[in-house]
Amino acid sequence: MTFIYPTGSNKAHPLPLSPAYKSSIKRAPNQPLIPMRHTLSELTGPVYGHETVREGDNDLTTQHKGEPLGERIIVHGHVRDEDGRGVANTLVEIWQANACGRYVHVRDQHPAPLDPNFTGAGRTLSDASGYYRFVSIKPGAYPWGNHHNAWRPAHIHLSVFGHSFVSRLVTQMYFPGDPLFPFDPIFNSVPDEKARMRMVSSFDLENTKPEWALCYRFDIVLRGKNATPMENH
Amino acid sequence: MQDSVKPDGITPSQTVGPFFKYGLTPTGDYAWNDAFTNSTLTPDVSGDRVRIEGRVLDGDGAVVPDAMLEIWQADAQGRYADPQDKRALPNASFRGFARCGTDKDGNYSFDTIKPGVVPDPDGKPQAPHLVLAVFARGMLRHLYTRIYFSDEAGNGADPVLSLVPADRRATLTAVREAGKAVYKLDLRLQGDNETVFFDV
Repeated sequence: MTFIYPTGSNKAHPLPLSPAYKSSIKRAPNQPLIPMRHTLSELTGPVYGHETVREGDNDLTTQHKGEPLGERIIVHGHVRDEDGRGVANTLVEIWQANACGRYVHVRDQHPAPLDPNFTGAGRTLSDASGYYRFVSIKPGAYPWGNHHNAWRPAHIHLSVFGHSFVSRLVTQMYFPGDPLFPFDPIFNSVPDEKARMRMVSSFDLENTKPEWALCYRFDIVLRGKNATPMENH
Repeated sequence: MQDSVKPDGITPSQTVGPFFKYGLTPTGDYAWNDAFTNSTLTPDVSGDRVRIEGRVLDGDGAVVPDAMLEIWQADAQGRYADPQDKRALPNASFRGFARCGTDKDGNYSFDTIKPGVVPDPDGKPQAPHLVLAVFARGMLRHLYTRIYFSDEAGNGADPVLSLVPADRRATLTAVREAGKAVYKLDLRLQGDNETVFFDV
């Protein structure tokens, strides 16, 4: 199958400069991006196999001697292209704060405890249908210095590859009904409300494991459409 | 199964944030292994081995110590390690992808081979280049650019460089250090000598 990547789909993304998010002010280009045709360099992308991912890398609760504190969760869903087709065997990497809203990163100085049983990093490959699954704990909200009383809504960072170098996506998955949504300039940097809500997972009772873990579903849609949609194979 | 759901759009991008290192570029500093390094080199790879290095700078000229760069490139014969490149060598261990986090002084480096010539959609040759994606705190979506090589005669006729105003092309051209297989290129996210980024 040959994929095309209409640049119009990029309208879902935030603009580079979003002044309410202060860090964007000195890091967004002043000059407009230069349009160009996609060549083989853009239409291809790295292909990684199972050697990139070790057994258990998708379970963030079993990487240490003991179990991490917090609400155990399952996060699962499909990686899809713009036609809704599953993206098979693509690498999904995640990283997140612990249940108290503290990252293991040395530069995170939020005075909330670190958890010796939680690093907060995971990775997996989607299966043949594009399905992926992680087990983790629900990350906490945390304060940041962007403005007075600024708090990030709870989120999990995701990095996904897809079919080409231009389908590459780094995003954040949010949890449904978070009261911090209206106040978060990063969440609200996505101008279109429908697009914004595509970053919010849904609570999945059907796949919640009784006596064990709540489940959230998060489908990820990457750039890429079939170049010849009438083709039937 | 929800396999036939037609999405109403793509998932929007969000910033990689300041704290990605332990997950994406741990390089021995955290209890997590690296999926990728800043090298594409494999024992079997042919071609000229080169290092590309420089700094990432913001609109004030301050170094960016929390950026992540990713490169994607063809092998020395100009083929991509992706089955979508029908000319690819399926058995080559060369993958053509690498990832690097900037250090506290904003420095990055890649060890790789100089890629070969890749055709454009009309079959015209593109000068040797890497595709580069730049991620950082403050960048809500990553930016795409290219890295060309100062000592390549084909740069003058390259169809993508030709789209760029002549006085900005230097921002895409890594400059060879005299007598070394090292190329230098600083990335300036904003302001004077701002790096050219492409709308892809």
